[in-house]
Amino acid sequence: MVDNTAEIGLSNEEVARYSRHLIMPEVGLDGQLKLKAASVLCVGAGGLGSPVALYLAAAGVGRIGIVDFDVVDYSNLQRQVIHGTPDVGRPKLDSARDRINAINPEVTVIPHNVALSSGNALELFRDYDIIVDGTDNFPTRYLVNDACVISGKPNVYGSIFRFEGQASVFAAKNGPCYRCLYPEPPPPGLVPSCAEGGVLGILPGVVGTIQATEAVKLIIGVGEPLINRFLIYDALRMRFRELKLRKDVDCPVCGEHPTVQELIDYEQFCGVTNVVEDEGSDQQDATVEDLKKLIDAKENIFVLDVREPQEYQICNIPGSTLIPLGDLPKRLSELEGQGEMIVHCKSGVRSGKAVKLLHEAGFKRAKNLRGGILAWIKQIDPSLPSY
Amino acid sequence: MANKVLIPTPLRVYAGKKDVVEAEGNTVGELLQNLTSQYSELRNHLYNDDGKLRSFVNVYINDDDIRYLEKESTPVKDGDTISIVPSVAGGNKEW
Repeated sequence: MVDNTAEIGLSNEEVARYSRHLIMPEVGLDGQLKLKAASVLCVGAGGLGSPVALYLAAAGVGRIGIVDFDVVDYSNLQRQVIHGTPDVGRPKLDSARDRINAINPEVTVIPHNVALSSGNALELFRDYDIIVDGTDNFPTRYLVNDACVISGKPNVYGSIFRFEGQASVFAAKNGPCYRCLYPEPPPPGLVPSCAEGGVLGILPGVVGTIQATEAVKLIIGVGEPLINRFLIYDALRMRFRELKLRKDVDCPVCGEHPTVQELIDYEQFCGVTNVVEDEGSDQQDATVEDLKKLIDAKENIFVLDVREPQEYQICNIPGSTLIPLGDLPKRLSELEGQGEMIVHCKSGVRSGKAVKLLHEAGFKRAKNLRGGILAWIKQIDPSLPSY
Repeated sequence: MANKVLIPTPLRVYAGKKDVVEAEGNTVGELLQNLTSQYSELRNHLYNDDGKLRSFVNVYINDDDIRYLEKESTPVKDGDTISIVPSVAGGNKEW
């Protein structure tokens, strides 16, 4: 990090604002000036990015960049605490900027209204000291990691799933990178779908504040950073575990003979593009209008819902039968004798897998409801709650 | 003597929805074989078609990555805890 703290000072207001930092020997005036001179890029203003940006702003980090192109949605508010109810429908960058300005007008917020890509990552990262990874998908995680290694910036990593969180500092000098830990992403088929998804709203609060803590420690240069260590937090058992990480000399990005020296196509690397093509042909699909017509005509149609029971509780298509995707293989006998079958989930991914499975099991007349129950709610029955 | 195996959240659905299970084995490899015969659905998530551990699933004995010990031949002692730690991107997107 460049030390240009000599040219800057603190106003009397800033001294008052940061007094609880200034009286600690580990921070002091020097540390506070380092924070003021520092710049951090938050990739994502979602569950993790919210607490990261809020606390870094309050702590007095001089420049905070945010990369996000999303709009605030009601379903974000359970965990994305930088956004409020009046912000629903606004770009996340706008509401994040307003909230940061309200907390600490001394901070310069730099909004980047783009999707992080191999084309822009290195240029975006250039202006920042530290990158905080608050993303939620594999292609962007590998992109953030590789771009951090290539540009020599630490990657403050956090990840959340249901009640479990992970955190580490990757790509620090002499430390391991994400690829040392996981050289390759899982193939999309093996990634738990939203059936097993969901997240405790407070979880990103815990993991994000750990990321913010690590960013502040790296800036000030105190304590023992989370380098070479992988922290796992289990909220249900309220337990932290720590695993040892090592730099892999054969790592394709940060090893001794790196094979990846420039950014690649991460969608392809993660196999994302293939999945969409595999999701089924038109003849295996039905639209929500088709289904409505069949139901209205009182046709003998079997509607199979392959979501989880807790999702069925939220909303369901009248007359549908619930068999969660995970239980389907052992409950196929319940479908014996059914003719035409329309299978649905929330948005069509799980039901696509179910239809494939049903066809293989001989239920050739099973069709996937395109767009799932979300499409049904949007186009047929807006009285049902969306989730 | 059975050892504790910590199952990560995404794989619990394949391990009887439990977060901790027990399995026996003199080596990590043997223990994982026994684990996957107990919970057959786990096999596909831990091993690829060639029977090798998948590269997005790491196995730890206590706090050490078996890749830096003797891999699957790493001996297991009484009281050792095995952790399965797959990569997790975030649970918000269906893709």
